[in-house]
Amino acid sequence: MIEWLKRFFGAPTSSATAKERLRLVLMTDHIALAPDIIDNMKRDLIDVISHYVEVDRDKVEVSFEQEDRVLAMLANIPIVSVNRPTPPPPPPKKKEVPASASAAIGPPPKRKRRKKPPAQSPAAAH
Amino acid sequence: MHVLRSLDTSFDSPAAPAAQGDKTDTNSAPKLGRAIVVTSGKGGVGKTTTTANVGTALAQRGANVALIDADVGLRNLDIVLGLESRVKYHVLDVLEEKVSLDEALVTDKHSETMRLLAAAQSREKDEVDTEKMQALVQTLRERFDYVLIDCPAGIELGFKNAVAGAQEAIVVCTPEVAAVRDVDRVVGLLGNRFKPQLIINRLRPQLVRKGKMLSVEDVNAILRLPLLGVIADEPEIIITTNKGVPLALRRDGETASAYHKIAARIAGEDVAAPAPEVKESFMEKLGSFFGGRRA
Repeated sequence: MIEWLKRFFGAPTSSATAKERLRLVLMTDHIALAPDIIDNMKRDLIDVISHYVEVDRDKVEVSFEQEDRVLAMLANIPIVSVNRPTPPPPPPKKKEVPASASAAIGPPPKRKRRKKPPAQSPAAAH
Repeated sequence: MHVLRSLDTSFDSPAAPAAQGDKTDTNSAPKLGRAIVVTSGKGGVGKTTTTANVGTALAQRGANVALIDADVGLRNLDIVLGLESRVKYHVLDVLEEKVSLDEALVTDKHSETMRLLAAAQSREKDEVDTEKMQALVQTLRERFDYVLIDCPAGIELGFKNAVAGAQEAIVVCTPEVAAVRDVDRVVGLLGNRFKPQLIINRLRPQLVRKGKMLSVEDVNAILRLPLLGVIADEPEIIITTNKGVPLALRRDGETASAYHKIAARIAGEDVAAPAPEVKESFMEKLGSFFGGRRA
């Protein structure tokens, strides 16, 4: 009965937890990249994008997603201003203005990710 | 479905091709059987039980089946088949040419057309010569319609030797995170050459329904393999394994029939993918009416 009440109030089932854990573990299995390489890639990515738009460095998120045995890299890069900052980094600490820039390079993942506004740019799939 | 050749039960001739001289093959070149490795990566998911039952189900269809226990050092397939008292020689004896293949092949108790080549219990996996293993499987393919290879757990040498002679693979997976992860790894190692097909083992439909176990869809959304069959987690599998009498010898019952459907699919018949169904209880219906099940 408690189980039922939990479900009634929206607690995730253990199979949903298993599914999510499986998704994450396979993602890292397939990337087979050391965490520091991912960090470096993230930094370089931000540097490049910062040449064109002003981004909120602290809020950048890079993740990987599995779709049919194909791996996609997803980058969530909040854009503070579309005006090119001079000099590019570092961006000033100010209120975030949601702007969307979807520079779709790779195929966008079909699966819906947890909502992460303001900007999502699926980049580089391999 | 008894078009398959009848077995030369004596197996007296050590020269393999001579044993099939009376076969009805149109050409002189013998038609080779299919060598299928049963693997999973993770241990304890039911590879051996699956090999025994799928082999039995294929034999029940009239096919000539050879089972190889490739789990050198941890011999188990003979136990599941109830043949432990009949095993005199093992696969390493054959590979090292201590005995002939015919001396080492054990005739199954229940299926006339099935033979077992047991693993060596007191030897090590690295004592197996990969090339010789490959040649052995090839020889068996000349004499049997199916050669099922029960692969050891792991992805080391034992796995490589078991896979060496096979052209196809059956991967056994239970609906658990660790098992799916390992199957994913094994499928990556196998590559496309083995056309891996999936058997989901030990599914508990009642738990899936309650959202407490990964479903067939959840598992295959990740693995994306052709589904050969789904075997429910039934006490009768434990009981039949206790007795050394494979469940697939039965003609009736949902689980036995799931094995027969798998055998039919392997043989190329177009059988609908089996999925164990459990009727929803009243309380479950009530629950889903109010709360809705979550994925």
